[in-house]
Amino acid sequence: MGAHFWLIQIFNGISYGALLFLVGSGLSLIFGVMRIVNLAHGSFFLLGGYIALSVIAATGSWELSIPAAALGVAILGVGLERVFLRRVGFDVLRQVLLTAGFAFLFQQAALDIWGGDFMNITPPAALTRSVVVGGLYLPLYRVFMIALAAAIGLLLWLVLERTRLGAAIRATVDDAEMARGVGIDTQRISVVVFALGAFLAGLGGVIGGAFLGVYPGLDFEILPIAFAVVIIGGMGSLGGAAVGALVVGLANNLGQALFPALAYFTLYAPMALLLAVKPTGLFGRE
Amino acid sequence: MAALLEVDDIHTYYGDAYVLQGLSLGLGDGQILGVLGRNGVGKTTLVRSIVGFNPPRRGTILFKGEDVTRVSPVGRVRRGVGLVPQGRRVFPTLSVEENLIVAGRRHGGWDLARVYATFPRLGERRTQRARSLSGGEQQMLAIGRGLMTNPECLIMDEPSEGLAPIIIEGLWQTIGKLRDDGLSILLIEQNASLALKLVDYVHVLSKGRIVYSGHPKELETNEEVKSRFLGI
Repeated sequence: MGAHFWLIQIFNGISYGALLFLVGSGLSLIFGVMRIVNLAHGSFFLLGGYIALSVIAATGSWELSIPAAALGVAILGVGLERVFLRRVGFDVLRQVLLTAGFAFLFQQAALDIWGGDFMNITPPAALTRSVVVGGLYLPLYRVFMIALAAAIGLLLWLVLERTRLGAAIRATVDDAEMARGVGIDTQRISVVVFALGAFLAGLGGVIGGAFLGVYPGLDFEILPIAFAVVIIGGMGSLGGAAVGALVVGLANNLGQALFPALAYFTLYAPMALLLAVKPTGLFGRE
Repeated sequence: MAALLEVDDIHTYYGDAYVLQGLSLGLGDGQILGVLGRNGVGKTTLVRSIVGFNPPRRGTILFKGEDVTRVSPVGRVRRGVGLVPQGRRVFPTLSVEENLIVAGRRHGGWDLARVYATFPRLGERRTQRARSLSGGEQQMLAIGRGLMTNPECLIMDEPSEGLAPIIIEGLWQTIGKLRDDGLSILLIEQNASLALKLVDYVHVLSKGRIVYSGHPKELETNEEVKSRFLGI
């Protein structure tokens, strides 16, 4: 195994990490701001893929399917938050039961609407080619995934760190009651953050649909991986989600390449190790 | 003349504990009203009732004549009730300036420039994270943040807690000046002798009820109330 092999594995790991960042950053923000453990996050991912498939079937446009799926899932998320989650408050057990219930509901609904076949989202021909960089053939679609995740990450960072809304979101993470005590409408913040998290998961579903596929059960496959990202990075931290996504993406790819029989071990071992040593994650708060 | 803030016979529970047992008080315009009492007599529960964190089960709270008993904390802030909470509770990961900006309202006399003019120290530290400030600076920030909401009435819960005498002296001058500029202040204090230097009128709290009311001069000479309810 030469340098070539390693570089390709690392590239693949980073591009998978880029996809995981889209899913994990939303999950992390939702938990950080609202203290909600959202077990329906994998369903948002899967529904994003299915909505995109329907949009492509109806219009033939992959480009249109991306915003349509992300916005569609965001609207679904807003409905879930306003109608149901707001009522259960900060009771973790009830949140878990409620979001898990919806995850099963969404799974069955997806099965009824889109059937049980394995489907694939085909990106435009321009993105299916490869580019040659330093003798390495890199699939252009994976380059696109990395660029998109980087752009989204930068945009999120700018909003969170450089705007008044971002400061209000961080104030709510710091001390939600006190935030209300200085006039920050934390219910509005919750809706914005939940919509954003669902948007990112839906976006991930479209982007990931081209190389993971779209099929029943994908929701519950991506969910624990997204949690691994968030647990490693630390709940509520954008930088943490980025680092966690890279760690999990690389561990997954290198693990599958080196010890295929132990793939799940290399995927979750870093998480277990970190939980034992630093339960708040790399960048999490106490 | 009706008071700016009128608390009328409120009964508030904290969990299962029956804390405020029929408490009434009125804060007039441009006045500093002191509420004194030992630890655990319900001072902070009174604050939480007034700002809406723990609404009372019975009784009413009027602000500028409007019943705000069931109004949310955010709604009360928008109507002009400002809070400087016990323990300061600045947003630790936000910078000094962000702490002020998130509380800012578009209308009213307070903005960043005026807060920095009042507390030059905050201006010098504007980019620092709030958690890295000293206790005195955090208290200035908590007050500045409360002022940024453009309150007509500022509720201050134990502002002297944990601060050095020299810092408190500066703080007391600032609070006095805010009153002279027309702000009405409800000052909750455990440290009675400190509070008496500042307030225009005072209530003494014990077991969730007001047990004494008077001018600070009268309380100064009332040894029985002082030793029985304030421990001085």
